[in-house]
Parts: sequence; structure tokens; C-alpha cells
Amino acid sequence: MGLVESGKVPKGLTKLLNMSRKYSLWMYQWGLACCAIEMGAAIGSPRYDAMRLGVIPLPASPRQSDLLIVAGTVCDKTAPVVRRLYEQMPEPKYVISMGSCANCGGPYWDSYSVTKGVDQIIPVDVYVPGCPPRPEALLEGIVLLQELIQNEDMAEKWKGDPLAIS
Amino acid sequence: MTDLADRRQMAYIAAQAADARVNVELEAEGMNLNIGPQHPATHGTLRIVVQLDGEQVIAADPMMGYMHRGYEKLSEVRTYPQVTTLINRIDWLGSFANEVPFILGAEQLMEIEAPPRARWIRTVLFELARIANLTLFLGDMGVQLGAVTPVFYAFRDREYIVNQIEAVTGGRFHPNFDRIGGLKDDLPAGWIADTKVALGEIRDFCDQMEDLLVGNEIFEARTRGIGVIPADVGLSYGLSGANIRGSGVDWDLRRDSPVGQGQGLAYNEVDWKVWTHPDGDSFARYWVRLQEVRESCRIVEQLLDGLPSGPIMAKVPRIIKVPAGEAYVATENPLGVMGYYIISQGGLEPFRVKIRSASFSNMSITPWLLKGAYVPDVITILASLYFILGDIDR
Repeated sequence: MGLVESGKVPKGLTKLLNMSRKYSLWMYQWGLACCAIEMGAAIGSPRYDAMRLGVIPLPASPRQSDLLIVAGTVCDKTAPVVRRLYEQMPEPKYVISMGSCANCGGPYWDSYSVTKGVDQIIPVDVYVPGCPPRPEALLEGIVLLQELIQNEDMAEKWKGDPLAIS
Repeated sequence: MTDLADRRQMAYIAAQAADARVNVELEAEGMNLNIGPQHPATHGTLRIVVQLDGEQVIAADPMMGYMHRGYEKLSEVRTYPQVTTLINRIDWLGSFANEVPFILGAEQLMEIEAPPRARWIRTVLFELARIANLTLFLGDMGVQLGAVTPVFYAFRDREYIVNQIEAVTGGRFHPNFDRIGGLKDDLPAGWIADTKVALGEIRDFCDQMEDLLVGNEIFEARTRGIGVIPADVGLSYGLSGANIRGSGVDWDLRRDSPVGQGQGLAYNEVDWKVWTHPDGDSFARYWVRLQEVRESCRIVEQLLDGLPSGPIMAKVPRIIKVPAGEAYVATENPLGVMGYYIISQGGLEPFRVKIRSASFSNMSITPWLLKGAYVPDVITILASLYFILGDIDR
């Protein structure tokens, strides 16, 4: 890990590291509304079966997860909770925003109690559009995220930000 | 020497343990357990603050509003056809059922009646929505009690029904198919035969659930006699749906209201029965819902066999303006009684819409019901009451 800090990770090693990271994403599912059921269908139903992509659902706590899926409407009352859960996750962490509500407010664009987009409170890597998106769409989002992870440069990601391991 | 030291040490440990016990007792009396807002047993973001005495609940305080999206206020700035898009998402598992009472209320105000074929297809989709909703409950109840398999089966077999809904309406979840005066489209070719196959799959699923859970020792031990709701208490809290039928009250708006009996929905045309269970415990609620899914399959099959021909849309003006007036229409939705109180002042948009959702009333009994329950039973009771957060907070 000293290599990562110094910014001198060999290319081959980065590739290997990224490949192992992208196929072992522990996914914390923050199912809020309708999208939670489609996410449930994607991870729980034998027809879609997200686990074959190397995504492992149902970790015991956000502290064991790498990927947060925000599925559903984030209301102003829920927003601090989402933020707090995100902060509990260890780095490196990724976020998929699933559904129109989490992307931008969706049909509640003029509601007084809905946060218009979860990206106002946490950084989002992949947006999955739809209301709700089909399970296939979520799988596509996961594949896109895996591509993103594969092409990530570890040294670039933690430049000037020493990795503290204690 | 060593004996003495040992004895001293033992005395010291005993004293420490006694102190600890006192401390535990003191703290445990007022211990608060916070269930949610992110907890798998809460079907979304329900938060219940439970005060514990050891393992026993002495007070429970549900905190709602984590999913409040302001439907009633938003309905005031949407036109009538636009409102259905919105209210689809209240009870997101049985979406089509949410539209029906609103559309029927608007039809009452406009004095339009949908043609018979539209009414029959509405009833078919209404029942398919019920099946799509309750099948997930049948599997979910198992997973809450520690049996993981049923939920996989539920997701697998629910797809058949969701596919049929999609074939008609184009939406897996939110059909937005009901129109004032009828329906958007007719049934596609070959749909009736496909639906009958899908209903066969759902029947098999019900049998499977019965084999897996009903009669299972663990399931019975964890649900029989847990969370008993006497009929009078349930009625005084405004419970509806399978929750009150599980307490032996024979009340179903599909049969007991004019809306279900021909004025909007076509339940009077078929032969079916309302299931009740005398026990009022968690098991009774599960059992009633299991029978309801089977009964829905029967209703849909009979309706499809006798589907009348004719138009699917009444004569409706292009721009829908609802005359001034008030209407309240309630139907028996998958979760219980859902009603819309619509006040119109003659404009394009409703002046005020009050939504009476089933889960909100069903939820109101939890402080009474959870008192005296044990911590593991809290999950059983919440699962068996079966609420959906969008339906509670709206």
C-alpha cells in the first residue's frame, strides 16, 4: 500500500487490483420507495440475479460495503440519514442513484418535502433513469460502474491524500 | 497464600458483577431501541422508537414522515388526468388499485359511467394489482421470520403477473392506465390465454407457500398468538383489509359497497367469497392474505371468461373539467380501504384531495399492539400488519 501513497503503482498491479475490486462490490441497498422493489427483483429474483455480476447484497452494516444504491425518493427528512450512512462507509466507495426521484426529484419536482436529487448531498457515480427503472436497467448501471472502476487509476484517486491504514 | 489471593479475587469479581447487574437493571428500564429508519423489517423508512424493559416492550412510538412526498398538495396543481400519474406511486406494489377510487370519484362528479367492458377490465387489473401486491407479502413474511427461500419464490412468481400488467399497460409498476370514462386501451391479442397461464403459476406459488410456511413448526411458533387484535379494538383503530378480516370481521368493500357492486367495479358479476379467520393473530393475517390471493385468481378467471364486448371509453370531453361538488369514493385495495375525498370547484384541477390510505390507519394500532410484546415479536407484528411506507406517509 506504500506504492499507492507514493503514486507509483505499476500498471499491471493497478489492473489486477481494479479487477478484483470491481467483482467484489458489497452493495448496501438503501431502498426508499418504489425502486426498492425493482432493486429487490434485481438482487432477489432468479430471473435477474445481480450476484452473477459480482455484486453481493445485504451486508450487515454500511461499514462493510463499497457500493451504495439510493433507490427511491429522498425526502428532506431522510436526507440527513442518507448522508450519515454514506459517511459511515469506508473508502473507496461508490454511489448509484436509481430512479428519477433520486436523480432529480422525478414526479415530485415541485413538492415541498422532497430533495430534488440525492447528488445535492452525496457524490453520485452512476445515474440510472426510469420511474422505476427496470431491473435490467439497474444491472446496466452496475456494469457501467464496474467499467468505471476498471479504468480507475489508484494513484490518481488518492493523490495528495495519504491512505491511512491503522 | 494463593488460596487467600484467589478468594480475594473471587470476592472482588463478585462485587464487580453485582455492581454491573445493578447498573444494567437501572439502565435497562429506560432503554430505548431505535428500529429504523433503515431497517429491512420496516418496508422502507419507518422508524419506531421502542422502550424496553429487558426483552419486553413497554412503549412503542412510531415516527412517520420519512417518506412524505406531499401527494395531497401536489394534486392541487395537477389536472385530473395528471393526478393518476402521481397517485400510482402511493402504494407502489399495487399501483393500479390506487387509481381506481380517484377515477371513480371524478366520474361521479362528472356523472359519467364507464361502459361495461371497461368496468370488467378495470376489475381484472384491480385484482391483478392485488395479486402482485400480496404475493410479495407472502414471501416477505417468511424472510422477516428468518426463512429466506419464500422471498425468492415470491419474486420469481410475481414476475408472471407483472409481465401481464406490462403487456396491457406498458408499465411494470405504474400503469397509469385508468381514464375518466374508461380505459386507455383494449386488451392485446392473446392476453387472456397468457393471463390464465400466469394465474396457474400463482396458484402453484400459493400451494408452495402453504407447504413451506403453514404448518412449519418455527413459523407457527412465531406467529400463533403473536400480536392478537380483538375485533372491537381493531375496529376502533380504523383497521381495514386483511388485518380486520383476520380478526373475524366479515367486511369487504368489494362486496359491501355500491362501488364494488356494479357502480364502477364488477364484483357482483362473479362468484367469490370473503375470507375471515377468527384468531386475530399474525398467523390469521397471513392465512387470510394467502386465501385472498387464491380468491383473486378465481375472480380474474371468471371475469376473463365472461368479458363483455363493446367500447372501452365513454363519451368524454377532450379537456376534462370537473363540475363543482364533492365526492368520496373508497375501494378495497390490497392493503385495506383506500378512499379519496375530492372537492372540485369546476376547474381543471381538484381544489382539494384528501387521501384516506389503508396503511396509515393500520399503522395507528402499533403503540397498542406492541405494548408487552417481546423484541423478536416486534418484527413479526410489523411484518404481519403489512404496510407500505408510501401508503403511510403519502
